[in-house]
Amino acid sequence: MRSLRAVAALTLAGTLTAGCTLFSAGDQEESGPVTVTIATHESWSVPQQVLDAFRDQTGIRINVHKEGDAGELTNKLVLTKDDPIADVAFGVDSTFASRALAEGVFEPYTSPEGDRGPQRYSIDPQNRLSAVDVGDVCVNIDTEWFAERELAEPTSLDDLTDSRYRDLLVVENAATSSPGLAFLLGTIASYGEDGWQDYWSKLKDNGVLVVSGWTEAYTQEFSGSSGQGDRPIVVSYASSPAAELGDDGQPRTKALLDTCYRQVEYAGVLAGGSQTSEAGKVVDFLLSQQFQSTVAENMFVYPARAGVALPAHWERVAPQPEEPATLPGERVESGREEWIKQWRALVEN
Amino acid sequence: MARARGELASPRRGRASTAGGLALAVLPVGFLTLFFAWPVVAIIRLGFSEGGVDTALFESQTWRLAAFTVAQAAASTAVAVLAGLPVAYLLARVKLRGVGVVRTLVLVPFVLPTVVVGLAFKALWPGGGVFTIVLANAFFNVAVVARTVGGLWAHLDRRAEDAARALGASRGRAFTSVTLPALLPAIASAAAVVFLFCATSFGVVLMLGGSRLRTLETEIYLRTVNLLDLSGAAALSLVQLAAVVAALLVGAGARRRKETAARLRARTETARRPEGGEWWVVAAAAGVLGLLLTPIVALLVRSVSTREGWSLDGYRALAGQGADGTLNVSGWDAAVNSLRTATDATMLALIIGILAAVVLVSLRRSPQRGARVTGEVMDAAMMLPLGVSAVTIGFGYLVTLGQLPGDLRTSPLLVPFAQALVIVPLIIRMVLPVLRSIDERLRQAAATLGASPARVWREVDLPLAARSLAAAAAFGYVVALGEFGATSFLARPDAPTLPVAIGSLVSRPGELNNQMAYAACALLMLVTMLVAAVVDRLRAANAQVGEF
Repeated sequence: MRSLRAVAALTLAGTLTAGCTLFSAGDQEESGPVTVTIATHESWSVPQQVLDAFRDQTGIRINVHKEGDAGELTNKLVLTKDDPIADVAFGVDSTFASRALAEGVFEPYTSPEGDRGPQRYSIDPQNRLSAVDVGDVCVNIDTEWFAERELAEPTSLDDLTDSRYRDLLVVENAATSSPGLAFLLGTIASYGEDGWQDYWSKLKDNGVLVVSGWTEAYTQEFSGSSGQGDRPIVVSYASSPAAELGDDGQPRTKALLDTCYRQVEYAGVLAGGSQTSEAGKVVDFLLSQQFQSTVAENMFVYPARAGVALPAHWERVAPQPEEPATLPGERVESGREEWIKQWRALVEN
Repeated sequence: MARARGELASPRRGRASTAGGLALAVLPVGFLTLFFAWPVVAIIRLGFSEGGVDTALFESQTWRLAAFTVAQAAASTAVAVLAGLPVAYLLARVKLRGVGVVRTLVLVPFVLPTVVVGLAFKALWPGGGVFTIVLANAFFNVAVVARTVGGLWAHLDRRAEDAARALGASRGRAFTSVTLPALLPAIASAAAVVFLFCATSFGVVLMLGGSRLRTLETEIYLRTVNLLDLSGAAALSLVQLAAVVAALLVGAGARRRKETAARLRARTETARRPEGGEWWVVAAAAGVLGLLLTPIVALLVRSVSTREGWSLDGYRALAGQGADGTLNVSGWDAAVNSLRTATDATMLALIIGILAAVVLVSLRRSPQRGARVTGEVMDAAMMLPLGVSAVTIGFGYLVTLGQLPGDLRTSPLLVPFAQALVIVPLIIRMVLPVLRSIDERLRQAAATLGASPARVWREVDLPLAARSLAAAAAFGYVVALGEFGATSFLARPDAPTLPVAIGSLVSRPGELNNQMAYAACALLMLVTMLVAAVVDRLRAANAQVGEF
């Protein structure tokens, strides 16, 4: 039995040492504040000072959990709705919101901050979701590329099927990428449920390149980013040009504002969470002027709240599209899987 | 051999040691049950409760996916083994300047985040396709072969080979008839691990396969994460599980047939300056290294080239949090987080892996057939985590771990736990061939002289296995450092590891973020090499202690 004792000692020693580094990892578990857990997507990015200021004001410490992209986040919330992994969720977008609502993931919460803007994107009469930010998926172009070749810049979705722009467009896979899906939905909104397949056939004939995700499309295939790929037209965000400024402060790329599809991102209080009232305060915080003024610079999206100033250069280089395409949430929910299936059959063969 | 042992050992002692072995098995089996079997079974059951699993199972598409998955994994494994063997020879048998550097260098591919390697391979071979998938998978896994096979090779007694040569066998003949059979268990071990890694490689296939080449793994991901089609995902998971079990059985069969007790020697006695035709093998190893370095150099070049020419901005940015504060911590802090998490994961995995290896060896030595069969089953089961989709396990955690006290689903402990799940099979595969090769007569002699099983383990097995253990620990540590899939979903934003930070940086627009991502890759490589070099140095330093 000496071997057992040795094993026990070994196990204990190992656990203790492992514990040491874990505890020293700084859980910052102060005794005072209440901790509210927020489940969000991987694009979450908020300056620590803003979270610290909120904690100092309210005594609520926000514990953040990233759970993949908007789709993955939504699916995880659905899977854990009987025993939620967090108190608040932020990042369920208009593409997936109806699934979350249909599954009863969120409970009603009307934020006092809501009437100052966010509810202009309301999708739910019961106010289970409050709009936090707006992202527009638009076709981006490398303006220098077109200038050098003295080729007129494309301006619309129709232009992309023009033979002058053959082999110039790179898009993300609608089945594996969230901007890819948004772009597909944009074409469905623009050409209708009878016309979109025809449009995609033309894109395919015109040499569209489909890659698995945004990183690959934008940082590798697109000529306007630092990767300096071969293709001057890419599906990205209306805000992307703000990150592509040259030394002269002029953007090297441009979003085509007539090609955009709007994704609204929502936050809500999770049903069955343990700290409902504090959770509501966290939703208030996400809608507050203080938080809203950080979303542009940190998450590359537009604030949902009316009257929040964008960073100075955004107005010039990354203005918000005024009339982006949208589809009703229920329509997306009922059509999404079939559309993706049809889309895959169309472009993957 | 086994029968002879059975006659020697008294039946009473045999039963007692089997009982002791089962007690040791509690921790590894418990860990595997809690963090692997339960979540996987739960999520597959959820798929069944939705119905339609049988329909999905018999779609022709399912079988096409399975065939492609197995074929690309087999091809990648073959390439990795062929490329890894000369490197293993170099590490084990050659006494030349710079071998130590090579030992450290081959580990680098293993830690690079898939997204970055995918980008590098796409840049090098823009065409993509099956060819690049196979190459990229092999790129990641040459280290597994080189380290696992090299570990055993370094300790093989050279005299048997020399005797064959003295009796007139050619160099090639001596290798195929003497050395290769002795190495086969390690080769089979390495091949099994590489096959599992390749069969479930996700990012590489997604990025390099375009939209046309898909594997079970990418399809499981798609159906789980994007479509919430759990019944489809469950069906595919079952197919994947079946393929993996079949591969493991084939591997176990190969190991069982070929396993022999070899005489182990210290590396210092077996390594020497190559002569004659051996230089060709060294040249082949150098060629493999050149190929491994190509994407690495491409990354380094990328980290210093901007639109305006060469620049170190990316490296300077490591002190900050990326353009517009993409990260919540600086690049250096992320590196420290990586080291810390990897330490926890490695320690956890070492404890579990060593216990499991000891149990497996003692079960295998048991005179009872039942115990030996149990050993085989447990051996295969310990490998399964490498063969099941990470997304299946991750989603399984969500539906099971909430039922444990202290909600592990959102605990920072989950990162080391998930990483340990990946490392344990590697540690077992690296330690087991050595433990099993230990000449049973040594142990019997010790036992006859009155040593208890624990004493036999301490005086005989441990010294002989010490260096393999250290190697396994180093390898496990490196794997934990580079682990991206599980970590990226589990790591908290205020404590990202370096690969997670790289993932965030590369998925943001802006040149600075990109430069910083590639600089962070360089940092990750540097940290990996330092860790590996330090461990190798420690290993060399205490060589006298564990000398044999």
